[in-house]
Amino acid sequence: MGFLARARVKSPWILHYCTGGCNGCDIEILACLTPLYDVERFGILNIGNPKHADILMITGPVNWRSRHVLRNLYEQTPDPKVVIAIGVCAATGGVFHNCYNVLGGVDKVVPVDVYVRGCAARPEAIIDGVVMALQKLEAKKSGGVSYAAGAR
Amino acid sequence: MTWPIIVAVAAVLLAPLVGGLLRGLDRKITARLQGRIGPPVVQPFYDFGKLVGKSRVVSSKASMAWAWSYFLLTLTAFTLFFMGQDLLVVFLILAFAGGSLAFGALSARSPYARFGANRELLQILACEPILLLAAVAVYFQTGKFTVCSILEANQPLLPYLPLVFVAVLIVLGIKMRKSPFDIAASEHAHQELVRGVYTEYSGRFLALMELTHWYKIVLLLAFIALFWAQPLWVGVLIALGAYFLELWLDNIAARLRWSWMLGVSWSLGVGFVVVNLVLLSVVV
Repeated sequence: MGFLARARVKSPWILHYCTGGCNGCDIEILACLTPLYDVERFGILNIGNPKHADILMITGPVNWRSRHVLRNLYEQTPDPKVVIAIGVCAATGGVFHNCYNVLGGVDKVVPVDVYVRGCAARPEAIIDGVVMALQKLEAKKSGGVSYAAGAR
Repeated sequence: MTWPIIVAVAAVLLAPLVGGLLRGLDRKITARLQGRIGPPVVQPFYDFGKLVGKSRVVSSKASMAWAWSYFLLTLTAFTLFFMGQDLLVVFLILAFAGGSLAFGALSARSPYARFGANRELLQILACEPILLLAAVAVYFQTGKFTVCSILEANQPLLPYLPLVFVAVLIVLGIKMRKSPFDIAASEHAHQELVRGVYTEYSGRFLALMELTHWYKIVLLLAFIALFWAQPLWVGVLIALGAYFLELWLDNIAARLRWSWMLGVSWSLGVGFVVVNLVLLSVVV
């Protein structure tokens, strides 16, 4: 593995956005940064700027308001990037399923690479999700992953 | 005339290595102080490599030109310093480099970058009087403004300029973007105003910012090392001590408001230098 490819895996910066869930998963994401889990060991930083991010961690079922923000954040993040949907809300809408005000899942707005299950998702599961996302990030750069035409 | 050029070229080549490792140590020590394990020491190089490999996103062409100006001016100041040239010129070029960073942030229509730029200009306002007066203090002691004159002097500066040294430590904190002075942007990934002056830069331009920051840190630490240049290794130890003092301060201090920063640097910083100059001219 060349230095650049290695660097990409060793330095994932995360942007975290809640699209309207209960904030349970958000608290678990932030728990990953605490001394108990300390994801900075792996070079993971929680960064507040989509232009600096590599991994988008999205929680919540995506409501009609937040979908614009989500789309915007996705487009502002430079390639290569991966999207992780955290929690059941982000996967299918969860307890908000079929509510009139939600779209029911992050993949209704932007392409999702990794789904992390749980309500709320446990920090261990989130870290696992990031590790899977990193494999996908590397595959993406080398052209191993491509989306079908018309993929959202 | 060849030796200064060789030293300068070696310094330009080695500084990114030293600066990156210092940043890595910083992140490791900060993590340990917070009860965490922390990233590997070479983490800044991984971050740099990752940023270089990202796709290009340009918010405004002008801000990218200013980013290059920030890098090249800092590099110029750095080279002049290690060639043993005039400290006044070095500090003025460094100030304009900081200005370039602020103008770059102002060129993009981003409210966060704009706030960051205003604060960066305030930081320059806080640093420059101290640095320029420190150069004057060097002149009082050695009779010249040049780096060479300090190296050729018979005795170290620190016993004669202790208060100037303290004032320069304040500048080091501001330039390193450490608490309590991380006002325009924090060196860490803290989220005050998104990312302050760095908000609109991404990918390889952010990598360029980081590289410039490494040069700047090494330049300032080298200036601090000059306070004990006979022999120079004592000065290097003092500079490293100052660096770790800043890390410790960063972890125990909260962020100040910009008005506090100006108050501290103008009253305490400039005050210390002036008192030192007065004492020097009266006593010695």
